[in-house]
Amino acid sequence: MNWRAIQAIYLFEMARTWRTLLQSIVSPVVSTSLYFVVFGAAIGSRITEVEGVSYGTFIVPGLVMLSVLTQSIANASFGIYFPKFVGTIYEILSAPVSYFEIVVGYVGAAATKSIILGLIILATAGLFVPLHIHHPWWMLTFLVLTAVTFSLFGFIIGIWADGFEKLQMIPMLVVTPLTFLGGSFYSVNMLPSGWRTITLLNPVVYLISGFRWSFYEIADVSVALSLGMTLGFLAACMAMVWWIFRTGYRLKN
Amino acid sequence: MSSVISVSNLSKVYGSGFKALNNINLDIKRGEIFALLGPNGAGKTTLIGTICGIVNPTSGSVTVGGHDIISDFRAARAMIGLVPQELHTDSFETVWNTVSFSRGLFGKPKNPAHIEKVLKDLSLWDKKDSQIITLSGGMKRRVMIAKALSHEPQILFLDEPTAGVDVELRKGMWEVVRTLQQAGVTIILTTHYIEEAEEMADRIGVITKGEIILVEDKAGLMQQLGKKRLTLQLQHKVDAIPPALAPYNLHLADGGREITYDYDTKGERTGITSLLSDLRNAGIRISDLDTEQSSLEDIFVSLVRKS
Repeated sequence: MNWRAIQAIYLFEMARTWRTLLQSIVSPVVSTSLYFVVFGAAIGSRITEVEGVSYGTFIVPGLVMLSVLTQSIANASFGIYFPKFVGTIYEILSAPVSYFEIVVGYVGAAATKSIILGLIILATAGLFVPLHIHHPWWMLTFLVLTAVTFSLFGFIIGIWADGFEKLQMIPMLVVTPLTFLGGSFYSVNMLPSGWRTITLLNPVVYLISGFRWSFYEIADVSVALSLGMTLGFLAACMAMVWWIFRTGYRLKN
Repeated sequence: MSSVISVSNLSKVYGSGFKALNNINLDIKRGEIFALLGPNGAGKTTLIGTICGIVNPTSGSVTVGGHDIISDFRAARAMIGLVPQELHTDSFETVWNTVSFSRGLFGKPKNPAHIEKVLKDLSLWDKKDSQIITLSGGMKRRVMIAKALSHEPQILFLDEPTAGVDVELRKGMWEVVRTLQQAGVTIILTTHYIEEAEEMADRIGVITKGEIILVEDKAGLMQQLGKKRLTLQLQHKVDAIPPALAPYNLHLADGGREITYDYDTKGERTGITSLLSDLRNAGIRISDLDTEQSSLEDIFVSLVRKS
């Protein structure tokens, strides 16, 4: 194992984060605050309670997940796409590093960044509504698993994309809608039964549900199912990354 | 001398069906400077990319220091420093950070003294805290060389190191390469400047259309280079070379209106003076004469045309 290489890639990526601190950290915090103002104040005044917690409190886990998902994908996809775009990838490919080490470096840095961001958003939310976390360790587990899974997913997008447009396409057209329709702002139980069935096809529902359970012990689906789906998606992304490196897809051909 | 890189039956066909390398066999000797010459699109960069792990080979094998580049890629790649043709740099990083990053990537422990030495050797020391984006093209090129040298490689690939570099800097680059060779580093450089190959290389290989068509010691090539041809146009046609002139090994051309004489410019005497007086004694009168030298360029061009 080339630990020094992992460390070099990880620290290089984190340095990029600190260099772009404003857009990396500040802008998601601002947009989350805006969600609170719009959803919490405007809608929250009409929906007073969802399953025993106030609406403002109810949406906190969903908001954190929303940012963690989108930021994980954005960080990781950009992290690997940029060296491809400017050509510096040559050095990574010619270095004595295994694919596994490359992934640990890039995905680890992207996930770290979005976990930090998730915790900052959580702290920001704490300024608006009272928070209570029933199962902090489970909360962290779901946070880390989601950040890693979606950073892997972003890594795949970054390798697949051969232009900035493609880089934006999946996050814009697939991930954002799935997140908004995944129960960030409402409980799936509030939907008519037909829509509820359709919603259960959305993988993001399971992530948000599990995460919310760790806060308030309320969930749309069972916690075991949430965990299972998250791990399943993680495994799928890993398999995909393994295939990419085995074939040299978009990297060595 | 033992070979440090051994390429056997290497081929590369790109997804588009383009055959970039066609059954390449090549051995690079330890400690030599090997120049790979070829026109644009000949396969120079693909060959280097394959040896360094950037391009997957379609068939064939490569060993570096006895390590297979696929099954034993760590040991093989750790020996190699690569300076690609294009200026790929992390614009916003500082020189110091980007060079240190390379060392870490190649698994070497931190060694600020070595990085300092590399930067000083390449006259980059006063720029160590500058962002790369602020540097000139020639400096960026040197930053890329510094990155390649940061992990103390035994083999250095320089892909078109002096393309678009001014004369001053080119001479400086040659100096660096020679110093490295003295330190025991094997150097493979690609170029399409013939003079660069002449100046630098111990051996020269010519590649075109994905095939190596010649590998020879530079000395051997230079011997061919030292040859000059004198062409004499005659006032009157002759049917045969007079026997008295046989030692000169002359040839008749243009239906007896021309005599050609090959001689060695590096020899002590070229024999031209005595030839001319002997010709006059033989009653052959000359109307005009000219000489031409075969350059490496001529050899190169004729080789590439023939293939």
